[in-house]
Amino acid sequence: MVIWIILLAMTAAAVMAVLWPLSRHYAVGRQGDPDTQFYREQMAEIERDQARGVLLPSEAEAAKAEAGRRLLRATGMQGEAFAAVGEPALRRRRAASTLALSVIPILALATYEIYGSPQLLAEPPGVQMQQRAGSLDLMSAVAQIESHLAQNPQDGRGWEVIAPVYLRMGRAEDAARAYEAAIRYLGPEANRLANYGEVLVLAKDGLVSAQAQAAFEEALKLEPALPKPRFYLARAAAQDGHADKARAAYAELLSASPADAPWTEAVKQELAALGEPQPAAGQQGEPQIGADDIARMVSGLANRLEAQGGTADEWARLMRSYAVLGQRDKAVAAAQRARQALSQDDAALKTIDTMAQELKLTDAQP
Amino acid sequence: MLVEAGHFALALALGLSLIQFVVPLWGARANDPVLMAVAPTSALAVLGCLAFSFLALTFAYVSSDFSVLNVLQNSHSAKPLIYKISGVWGNHEGSMLLWVLILALFGGVVAVSRNTIPMRLQANTLAVQAAVTIAFLLFILTTSNPFTRVVPAPAEGQDLNPLLQDPGLAIHPPLLYIGYVGFSISFAFACAALIDGRIDAVWARIVRPWTLGAWAFLTLGIAMGSYWAYYELGWGGWWFWDPVENASLMPWLAGTALMHSTVVMEKRDALKVWTILLAILTFSLSLLGTFLVRSGVLTSVHSFAVDPERGTFILGILILFIGGSLALFAWRAPMLRQGGLFAPVSREGALVLNNLFLATACATVFIGTLYPLALEVLTGEKISVGAPFFNFTFLPLIVPLLLLLPLGQTLAWKRGNFLGTAQRLYAVFGLSLVATVAMFAFTYDGPVAAPIGVGLGVYLILGSLNEIVTRSWSKGNSLAVAWRKASGLPRSAWGTSIAHAGVGLTVIGIAATAWGVEGLGTLKTGERLKAGAYEARLERVVPRVEANYREDAATLTIFRNGQELGTVDSMKRLYVTRGMPTTEAGIMTVGLGQVYASLGEIQPDGSVGVMLYHKPLVLLIWLGSVVMAAGGALSLTDRRLRIGAPVRAKVGPAAPVPAE
Repeated sequence: MVIWIILLAMTAAAVMAVLWPLSRHYAVGRQGDPDTQFYREQMAEIERDQARGVLLPSEAEAAKAEAGRRLLRATGMQGEAFAAVGEPALRRRRAASTLALSVIPILALATYEIYGSPQLLAEPPGVQMQQRAGSLDLMSAVAQIESHLAQNPQDGRGWEVIAPVYLRMGRAEDAARAYEAAIRYLGPEANRLANYGEVLVLAKDGLVSAQAQAAFEEALKLEPALPKPRFYLARAAAQDGHADKARAAYAELLSASPADAPWTEAVKQELAALGEPQPAAGQQGEPQIGADDIARMVSGLANRLEAQGGTADEWARLMRSYAVLGQRDKAVAAAQRARQALSQDDAALKTIDTMAQELKLTDAQP
Repeated sequence: MLVEAGHFALALALGLSLIQFVVPLWGARANDPVLMAVAPTSALAVLGCLAFSFLALTFAYVSSDFSVLNVLQNSHSAKPLIYKISGVWGNHEGSMLLWVLILALFGGVVAVSRNTIPMRLQANTLAVQAAVTIAFLLFILTTSNPFTRVVPAPAEGQDLNPLLQDPGLAIHPPLLYIGYVGFSISFAFACAALIDGRIDAVWARIVRPWTLGAWAFLTLGIAMGSYWAYYELGWGGWWFWDPVENASLMPWLAGTALMHSTVVMEKRDALKVWTILLAILTFSLSLLGTFLVRSGVLTSVHSFAVDPERGTFILGILILFIGGSLALFAWRAPMLRQGGLFAPVSREGALVLNNLFLATACATVFIGTLYPLALEVLTGEKISVGAPFFNFTFLPLIVPLLLLLPLGQTLAWKRGNFLGTAQRLYAVFGLSLVATVAMFAFTYDGPVAAPIGVGLGVYLILGSLNEIVTRSWSKGNSLAVAWRKASGLPRSAWGTSIAHAGVGLTVIGIAATAWGVEGLGTLKTGERLKAGAYEARLERVVPRVEANYREDAATLTIFRNGQELGTVDSMKRLYVTRGMPTTEAGIMTVGLGQVYASLGEIQPDGSVGVMLYHKPLVLLIWLGSVVMAAGGALSLTDRRLRIGAPVRAKVGPAAPVPAE
C-alpha cells in the first residue's frame, strides 16, 4: 500500500515539473539579445587587454574593428519578439498541460505494467530479510568448514559434507574436488562415487566425461543395482551415439525401479528425448510397454551381455526377463552363458544360482 | 520494493523525456517562452528520475538482492564493497543505465546554466537531447532491463567477470562515458543550431566548454583503459588496436578536431559548416563505439552482450540519429552565412591542416576497424587488421601533424608569416636536434626509431613552452616583467601549451618502448631470470584463498645490475564462481619506467613460467595523457571571451581565402 502512495507521489512530482513552468507568468523582455551582448562584452574585453598590456594598440585596434563589424551584423539580424501573451499563447499552454497530464502517467504506468513486476510490490519486506539471513548463515557455515578443512585436509567426512553445499552454491568444480578428497580419505563407496560422477557431469553442463564414466562404472562394480550410475551411463551411451544401447539401459532401469521412484520421470524424459515412444504410466502406475518393446529391450540386453559381458545382476535380470516372456529355454541358455562368463566369481555364481532357483529353472543346474 | 520504485522511475523518465522533446521544440517554433521554459524543468526531472533509478540498482547490488536478475548474474555476496558498486556498470544493462544517467546529467547542467545560453538555443538543445534519451530509455526498457526480477531469489550470485574486478575498471567506464556522452551535448547544440538556422561565434563560445570537458574526460578514460589493459591482461602491451579501443579512439580524434575548429569559429566566425559537421560526426562515432562494444559484433573482453536483438536496436538508433542529423545538416547547412576570411598561412590555416590530418587519421582507424567486419558480413571471410596496418597508415598521418603543431601554435591569426614563425622556433629545432643526436650517441647500438621519437617529443614540449616564453619575454626585459606577463596570459593559452606538452610526454613514452627488454623462463625457487640490466629471483610461490578467488602468488626479488631493489608479487588467480583464471602482473616502478613480471604456467614440479620486462619511461604514456586532460581542464577554467586579433600583413596583402 505504502509503495503505491510512493509511486503516485513520484508521478505527481514528475507532472508538476512540467506544469510549474507552464503556470508561471512570463516577464516580457527579460532576456536581451545574446548576440549583441556577446560582441559588446568582447569589445570591452579587448579594451581591458589593451589596458593590461597584453595586446599591442595596433592589435587591439584591428580586433575591435572586427568585433564591431560583427556587432553591426548581429544587430541587423535581431529576431522577432517573444509571443508569450494573448489567446493563442493561452491555448498552447492548455494543450501542453493536457499533454503532460496525460502522457507522463499513462506512458509510465503502461511501461511499468509491461516490463515491471508489480506483483512483487506487495511482498512483505520480512521474506527477503529472512532469505538473506539464511544465505548469510550458509555462507558463514561454509567459511567455517573451509577453514577447518584448510587445517585438516585429511578430514574426509568434512569434504563429504561440504561437497553438496558447493553444488547448491553453483560451484560444481569445487564440489567435484571435495568428493575427490572424500573418496581419497574415506575410501571408495558406491554412493560417494556416484555423487562424484554426478558433480563431474554437472560441472561439464551435463556431459558425461570419461572421468565421470569411470567413476560410475566403479560405483556399479561396488553396488550393481544403484540407479544413479546406471542412469548416467545410459546417458553416456546416448552421448556416444549408441542410442539403442542407451534406450535399452534406460528401459532396464525403468523396469528395475519401483514405479514411484523419484528418477522415473527423468528416465522417461531421457527416453522420450531419444525418440522412443514414451512408455505412458498405467493406471496402477505400471509402465505399459508392448510385448515388442520388451522383446527388443531384452534382446538388446542379451546382445550386450553376449558382446561385452556384464555383472551377475544383469545376467540374472536377463534370465528373469526371458522367464517373464515365457521363453524358458532362452532363460536356461542365459543361465548357462552366465555361468561361463562369471566362472571366476563365486559370489556372482551364487547370484545366478539363486535366480535360477527362484525361476525354477531346474534343468539349468550345472 | 525500492527496486520496483527504481524501475517505475525509469518508466517515468521515458514519459518526461517525451514531453521534454515535444513541448520545447513546439515552443521554439511558436517563439513562446512559456513552452520553452518547460525544457529545463523537465530535464531536471528526468535527471532526478534516472538518478533515483540508478541509486535503486546500486542499493540492490550493495545489499546483494539476488531477486534482481542483473545482480544475480553479476554480483556475489562475498565480493568487496567497491566491486559491488562498480558491478552496477560492469555489465551491459547497468552500464547502459549509467549511459543515460550521464546523458541526463549533462542535460541537467545545460538546464541550470540559463544565464549563459540563449533561451531558444537551450530549448532546442534539450529537445534534441531528450530525443537521444528516449531512444536509449526504450533500448534499456525493452532489450536490456536491469530491473528484471527472479522469483524465488537464489541464495548466491554468479559473480562479476573477474577481469573487471579491478580498481582501474571501476572508474574507467564512468570516465569514458562522460567523454562519450559529453559529445552528445555538442551534437545537440549543433542540431539545435541547424533547427534554428543560426550559427555564429556565440554558438561556438557556448559549445566550447562542453567539447573541452568531454574531450578531457575521454582522454582520461582512454588512458585509464590502456593502463588497465597493460597491467591486467598480463602481456605488457599498452595499446592493441583492438576494435574496442579503436571505438573510443575515433571519437577522441574527431573530438580533438572539433575542439580546435570550435576555436577558429569562436575567434574568427569561420569554419562554421565544418564545425557543425564535426560535432555531428563526433557524436556519431561515439554512438558507433557504443554499438560496436554493446552489440556483440566484436569478440573481445568487452562484448558481454552477445544478443542480436540488442545489436539491431542500437543499429536502429545509430541510423536514426546519424541519418537524421546529416539530413538536417544537408538541408540547413547551405543557408549558413560564410564567416571570416583568412590567409592560407595563418593560425586558422594551421588549424584547418590539423583538422584535415585528424579527420584522415580518424578515417584510417574507421576503415581498419570496420573493414574486417564488413568483409565478414559480405563474404564470410575473417581477416584481422592488426598493428602493422595501423602503424603504416596512422603513424604517417600523425607524425607530420606533430611536426606542424608548434608551428601552428606560433602562427598569428588571420595572416601569418611562415618564415618569421619558423625563426621563432630556431632554438626549439636546435635543442631537439641536439637531444636526438645525444640520444643516438648514448644508445648507439639500440633501435633507431626510439631517439627520433624522443627527439620529436622534446620538440613538442619545447615548442609548447616556447609559445609561452615568446609571448611573455622579449630581449631586454627583466625576468620579473616576463613573469608578470606570463601570469597575465589567458589561462586558455597556458592550457593549450600544457596540453601540447602532454602530447610530447606521451610521444616520448611511446618512443621509449622501443628500448624495452624482456626475458622469458621457467624458474624454480631461488633461480634467476634476466631482462637487460634487471634480474628477478623467484623467492616462493604461495597458494592463497580469498573470499571469491584463490591464487598462486609468486614473490620475486628484483635486482638492477646485481643490486637489490625490492620484491614484487605476481599472481595467477582463479575466480571460483565463474571458474575463470586471471593474471595479476607484479609491477615495480623505477623512476618513470617499470619492471613488469607476469606469471605463466605453474608446472607440476613447482617451477613457474615467468615473463620479465623492463619498460623505460613507460609511465610517460599515461602521465602525458593526464597532462593533456589537465591542460584541457585549465583551459576550461578560462572564462574570458576569446578574440581574434589579426596582424596586419607587412609585405603585400596575401589573398584571403574563404573559410569554407
